[in-house]
Amino acid sequence: MGFFEKIGLYIIKLFGDIRDFAVFLAECCRWMFIPPYRFGQIADHTERIGLQSIGIVAVSTFTTGMILALQLVNIMRIFRAEIYAGAAVAMAMSRELAPVITAFVLVARNGSSMTAEIGSMKVTEQIDAMETMAVSPLRYLVVPRLFASIFTFPALTAIANVVGVYGGYFIATKIMQVNSEAYLHMMYFLVDPDDIWTGLVKAVVFGFLVTVICCYHGLMTSGGAKGLGRRTTAAVVQSTITVLIADYILTYIFINFCGL
Amino acid sequence: MDSEIIKVSGLWKAFGGHEVLRGVDLSIPEGKITTIIGKSGTGKSVLLKNIIGILKPDRGEIFFEGRDLTKMKNQELLELRRNMGYLFQDAALFDFMSVEENICFPLVEQLGLRDGAELRKRVERLLELVELPGIEKKYPSELSGGMRKRVGLARAIAVEPRIVLFDEPTTGLDPILAESIDQLIVRVNRELGMTCIVISHDIASIFGFTDRLALLYDGVIEFDGTPEEAKRSDHRILRQFISNSFRQIDSER
Repeated sequence: MGFFEKIGLYIIKLFGDIRDFAVFLAECCRWMFIPPYRFGQIADHTERIGLQSIGIVAVSTFTTGMILALQLVNIMRIFRAEIYAGAAVAMAMSRELAPVITAFVLVARNGSSMTAEIGSMKVTEQIDAMETMAVSPLRYLVVPRLFASIFTFPALTAIANVVGVYGGYFIATKIMQVNSEAYLHMMYFLVDPDDIWTGLVKAVVFGFLVTVICCYHGLMTSGGAKGLGRRTTAAVVQSTITVLIADYILTYIFINFCGL
Repeated sequence: MDSEIIKVSGLWKAFGGHEVLRGVDLSIPEGKITTIIGKSGTGKSVLLKNIIGILKPDRGEIFFEGRDLTKMKNQELLELRRNMGYLFQDAALFDFMSVEENICFPLVEQLGLRDGAELRKRVERLLELVELPGIEKKYPSELSGGMRKRVGLARAIAVEPRIVLFDEPTTGLDPILAESIDQLIVRVNRELGMTCIVISHDIASIFGFTDRLALLYDGVIEFDGTPEEAKRSDHRILRQFISNSFRQIDSER
């Protein structure tokens, strides 16, 4: 096979994959608006994605808040502006770090398991079995996970905000001896509710995108254990990159079109 | 002449340029057991999956009582599948559900049954039919291969479909277990009146119970007839298949 033939086949495959994903995405959106909803399953996935991830999300964002405060207090001290570090930590956490870090943790913890679970059902013909019983796998397996993610990503982001800000407060005031009253005052003064809700909106979008990507790879799995491993890796890599790209686009929209 | 419930006409299916089915023509008589034989990898499972509609053919038609499945919309196809049950090669039980939940799945999803007592009664009856009473609370990982297939069969016939498709039901089982599965197929057909389509390469055992035999070879149906016609046939490939199977049994003895 010649060089140009290989490139041609690659492009055809790429467009085929994009088309398949677009169809899958459209089907997900369609099924999300068609009742009945499986509340039992939504609750079950919410518990798995949400409750069971609180610990790891809290540890990750608490540490992030600590590191951020450590760096910011150190830098701002040069300008005698360390009391502004609290506001900087809170704004950075609520606008960017809390939604992004929460999404990364959930991609690693839950996104990969979504692909692995659905993918292993695919290779053992359980998905086919579901279809033979007139049940749409997308409706049964994907839609409840989508709803669960749309609820839990922002909920965990809200927790991450609180924990991260407290991590920063702890380091700045207890370890680096910044005046706690001034630190908190500047934080309340400068941080706006807009900073918080834009972060939560981002979390909703990330939750949707991560779940769609991970479930898509699960349902497209073929080729046994090796294929499953390949799909899980692809799901994690693509979800992570998608979160970053979506974050940039949303930030651009919020700043340039919403004046936030 | 038996009335046909399914008719496959000129069915083609390829995967990545490799043509698996190359113009399959086959009639399935109602209320009978039809067995499709053929070498491994010749597309027998692909044919079954086309019949139940989880694979779409590249060309050709599949008629269910005169209605072309290949031209049906998704909703019509979903409704039509209520007439069919499918026993997968490895049973394909949902591993996150217990035996009871697995059998209840089609009852809840396809028939819309919600009454707990009614569901339990039906599950009990189905498990008795497949000779596995009292395993409702077990999970698929706790069952042997033979037990999984029986539970798979209980799930496949739970909604009392008109046709049951068996994808190599005895593969991987010892001869005694294989025979008990064969007996179950016969019970499903004779006692429950369901049309059975069985895929197998265990030719020796299917001669004992099948009403019709079809040989899939090189993507087409090379032979279609009764077991007696098969025995009398001088079709080269069929003869080869039959003689090889019986030679294997003789050597095992």
